[in-house]
Amino acid sequence: MRVSVKKTYKLYIGGKFPRSESGITFEPSGAPGVNVAQASRKDLREAVVAARGALKGWSGRTGYNRGQILYRLAEIIETRANALIDEIRASSRKSQAAAEKEVEAAIDLVTWYAGLPDKLQQLLGAQNEVSGPFFNFSVVEPTGVICAVAPETSGLLGALAVSVPLIAGGNTVVLLLSEASPLVGLALGEALAVSDVPGGTLNLLAGHRVDLLPQMASHRDVDGLLLAGEPDSATGTAAADAVKRVRWAQLSERDWSRLDKLTSLHWVRPFIEVKTLWHPKAP
Amino acid sequence: MTSSSHVLDDLAVAPVDAIALEGRAAELASRSIKKESKRQGLLMALSMTDLTTLEGKDSPGKVAALCRKGMRPAPGLPPVAAICVYPDLVAQASGLLSGSTVAVASVATGFPSGRTDLSVKLDETRRCVEDGADEVDMVIDRGAFLAGDLALVYDEIASIKEACGKAHLKVILETGELATYDNVRLASEIAMQAGGDFIKTSTGKVAPASTMPVVLLMLEAVRDFYLSTGHIVGVKAAGGIKTSKQALRYLAMINETVGDLWLTPERFRFGASSLLNDLLMQLARLDSGTYQRPEDFSKD
Amino acid sequence: MTPRTSQQKSAQNGQHPGGGADDRPQLVFGERWTYAPAPQSTDHVTLRERYDLFIDGAWAAPKGRRSFDTVNPATEATLARVAQGGQADVHKAVTAANRAQREVWGPMAPRDRARYLFRIARLIQERSRELACLESLDGGKPIRESRDVDVPLAAAHFFYHAGWADKLHLAFPGSKTAPVGVVGQIIPWNFPLLMAAWKIAPALACGNTVVLKPAETTPLTALHLAQIFEQAELPDGVVNIVTGDGRTGRCLVEHPDVDKVAFTGSTAVGQQIQRTLAGTGKDLTLELGGKAAHIIFDDAALDQAVEGIVKGIFFNQGHVCCAGSRLLVQESIHDELMRRLLTRIDRIRVGDPMDKNTDMGAINSGEQLQRIKTLVEAGEAEGCVLHQSSCRLPKKGFWFKPSVFTDVSLSNRIAREEIFGPVLSVMTFRTPDEAVEKANNTAYGLSAGIWTDKGARILWMAERMRAGVIWNNTFNRFDPASPFGGFKESGFGREGGRQGLQAYLRFHDDVLVQG
Repeated sequence: MRVSVKKTYKLYIGGKFPRSESGITFEPSGAPGVNVAQASRKDLREAVVAARGALKGWSGRTGYNRGQILYRLAEIIETRANALIDEIRASSRKSQAAAEKEVEAAIDLVTWYAGLPDKLQQLLGAQNEVSGPFFNFSVVEPTGVICAVAPETSGLLGALAVSVPLIAGGNTVVLLLSEASPLVGLALGEALAVSDVPGGTLNLLAGHRVDLLPQMASHRDVDGLLLAGEPDSATGTAAADAVKRVRWAQLSERDWSRLDKLTSLHWVRPFIEVKTLWHPKAP
Repeated sequence: MTSSSHVLDDLAVAPVDAIALEGRAAELASRSIKKESKRQGLLMALSMTDLTTLEGKDSPGKVAALCRKGMRPAPGLPPVAAICVYPDLVAQASGLLSGSTVAVASVATGFPSGRTDLSVKLDETRRCVEDGADEVDMVIDRGAFLAGDLALVYDEIASIKEACGKAHLKVILETGELATYDNVRLASEIAMQAGGDFIKTSTGKVAPASTMPVVLLMLEAVRDFYLSTGHIVGVKAAGGIKTSKQALRYLAMINETVGDLWLTPERFRFGASSLLNDLLMQLARLDSGTYQRPEDFSKD
Repeated sequence: MTPRTSQQKSAQNGQHPGGGADDRPQLVFGERWTYAPAPQSTDHVTLRERYDLFIDGAWAAPKGRRSFDTVNPATEATLARVAQGGQADVHKAVTAANRAQREVWGPMAPRDRARYLFRIARLIQERSRELACLESLDGGKPIRESRDVDVPLAAAHFFYHAGWADKLHLAFPGSKTAPVGVVGQIIPWNFPLLMAAWKIAPALACGNTVVLKPAETTPLTALHLAQIFEQAELPDGVVNIVTGDGRTGRCLVEHPDVDKVAFTGSTAVGQQIQRTLAGTGKDLTLELGGKAAHIIFDDAALDQAVEGIVKGIFFNQGHVCCAGSRLLVQESIHDELMRRLLTRIDRIRVGDPMDKNTDMGAINSGEQLQRIKTLVEAGEAEGCVLHQSSCRLPKKGFWFKPSVFTDVSLSNRIAREEIFGPVLSVMTFRTPDEAVEKANNTAYGLSAGIWTDKGARILWMAERMRAGVIWNNTFNRFDPASPFGGFKESGFGREGGRQGLQAYLRFHDDVLVQG
């Protein structure tokens, strides 16, 4: 019998795969016996720095370019479908068929958002008729660095659902993966690393929500939060300190696998700022 | 010397459209230079090189090696245009280069920042020239420029020019700090009006240094100056030019913007250090037909 | 603008070596260094000797067995033999498109349509060098343009529209939309591949199927696009390519089962098509000719404006419907601008389209060359002054030198009629009002350009100019997200952007019918 090479599951920050700076690991409940790097608040801090550093470059790219990169991500996920199916099954009780469906849906989701960035201005911006000799138009810009928390269910699709809409809009993201089943989410890091998504655009952390969420909420250099689960006032209160944009994604387990719920402008709009310009018209 | 206020009152420069300027530079950079025209270009670039060393750790030994390399880069190849060093090494360089066609260029005026008194700058300039510098590369006062004191900028250039005597003056604009193309164009005009023989992009100590759009703009400035006054001011692109490919692109840009009058070491220079070996490698490849190995070329 | 200083240098070692006849300083070009030929290799290009029609996913000879040569306009050498599609072939194609739309493409999930379009976009990117070579060989445009403009934009159009396929409900919120059905598309010879992309991508994204008739002189890239459709496993009949001349186009327009016609080409043919379709209730979009005003104010960034002018009229040999063919320059800077422009046109490298350093290639055909010559002769006969580049033209092939007419007024033929060649007509104006008036004084209204440093002026002018595309401090820039199309006799309908989707959809609440 062949002795296999066991994988070490590391975080994905700034385009690199570090272990936690704390050196601590944990065994996810969905995958006992596997030691996963446990993100500490310092790792979160580093991830936010990486996301902030990547923001100018990512938001400065054309919508066309961002779309091309997201399409490339879809290509890579498709290529690695079997590996991802294995990861899903390694840390959840999903059947082969269910895991395949999840990976297909993941590809569909990424492809949907790949076709969006070069259309956002047309869909969400406007030229406005004002009274007076002024040209007035509204453009949309990304909010900035967003912290996201994935649902516990659908380790791959859920992770993508709370992060891809944000980066399609030009934001950069620090994503806390499902606490029980982070393995497939961390494998997503491998796909990101080879798909032209610049380092720092999407950072992946595994660890304990109870430790990291308060830090995300209170971190003053985080501009928004997209959180799977029910609204809790402690988080909202902490976020108010920097007037963060906060959204809760309260979906049933079934809804977290429904593409029609996950692909819409509603996931993009809260993390977009509208900038309106005035300019006189005169010879 | 024409009074600065008289000049500056009349000075007006046309606006520059950055996107279109960069577009034109990109078009010129896409020229495909092959075979005999490539060989010609590489030889031109070689003869236009100001081989440079400007480090705190420069020593007589370093300068000596540089001078020897500059005079004879490789068997059968022409020498470079000049050796460029810090002021206190001019005398040595001058001695080593005497009798050759390679000029001695010295930086001066508190290079690279220029943040010192004019009297110190003038003194430094005179000493360089006394020690044998054929060319002086000065820096303009960017602080004064950005604060709007154009008269000071102009007057300084004019005084340094006077202190140069017979030596040629290159005026470093430090385009990376000027930041906008409009500023580069304005600074170019001031430098030319004040008597500069060359306008030069950068000290090489600040990024971005030389870029194609910036040099394109400076070529347009010297072209217009020539057409309205008959006087030819040269252009030196310094900093960040490491490869033959880049050098050939600049040459194509000169060729199609200002033409033959500037396609000569008297009117165009590359301020570079590692460029030289890449030129040698590319020339060797053209001759032999095979890709070359950096180790086969002397490091200094 | 304050005139620039013209200081005399005193006691300077200034040279003045290039003194011309009038002893003013002159620039010298081209004697010290010339570029060696830099030919683009074509070894990888698989050109067939003969091409059939591409109908219902298969290659088939035309029923009438008639064919014609397609020629390289730079050398007059034959490239390949191409099928002349007759009425029976058009009928077969429309029937296939109809079946494919009803049974396969229409019912398909939008997300899957998107997938095919993404595949096609990627395949164009992968085979880009081959397509660029074919485009230059078949049409005469420089390889640098095919490679850097035409092919990337074609891929971008497919990529962009792939993203709309499953988002139509977002494009027109509140409306239920459905495909129109079978669209008949006729495209010109100036941007063969790009025009095919502009037509096919939105049509497919909206659930329609296509019968495309490429221009007679440039069928090759459309035929190779068909090979790409095969590689992408696009279902049979979704896109059909029927090559041929004007007669083939007429068959397509007149076919009763074509639900919509999209035409890009000359205004004369566009009017004919509109007449043919009158009373049929069929949808029609037209993208026709132009005579764009290119306006330069005295505060323009002059050197960059010169580049814009050159790009506006000499890009693609001036074979551009939106070419900036009427230069309106503010009188106070006319002489200065002309001096710079006429120096600049001598730097335009005219010659072998397959040379990577060529800026301007061959005229597309003998017929087009004759049309250009006729109008240029008229210009001279009417007293306008012709300036031409001093470039040397190759002996074989169809060529015309970059040309500029000064002393032109609006009443001259060369100021009113579309030349569709590398010929610029220059007029002056004094005030913004006058510029607007002169710019609008034409039956055309496709595009315009404005160069000025003043933002408010750009917006004020743009408000008053009757043109569908207005370029400010730039020219001839295209993007799949930017709607393109004309006012007045330059046609109706838009291509690109959200607006460009409209023509390819039926809206459940739209009660109006075209005619």
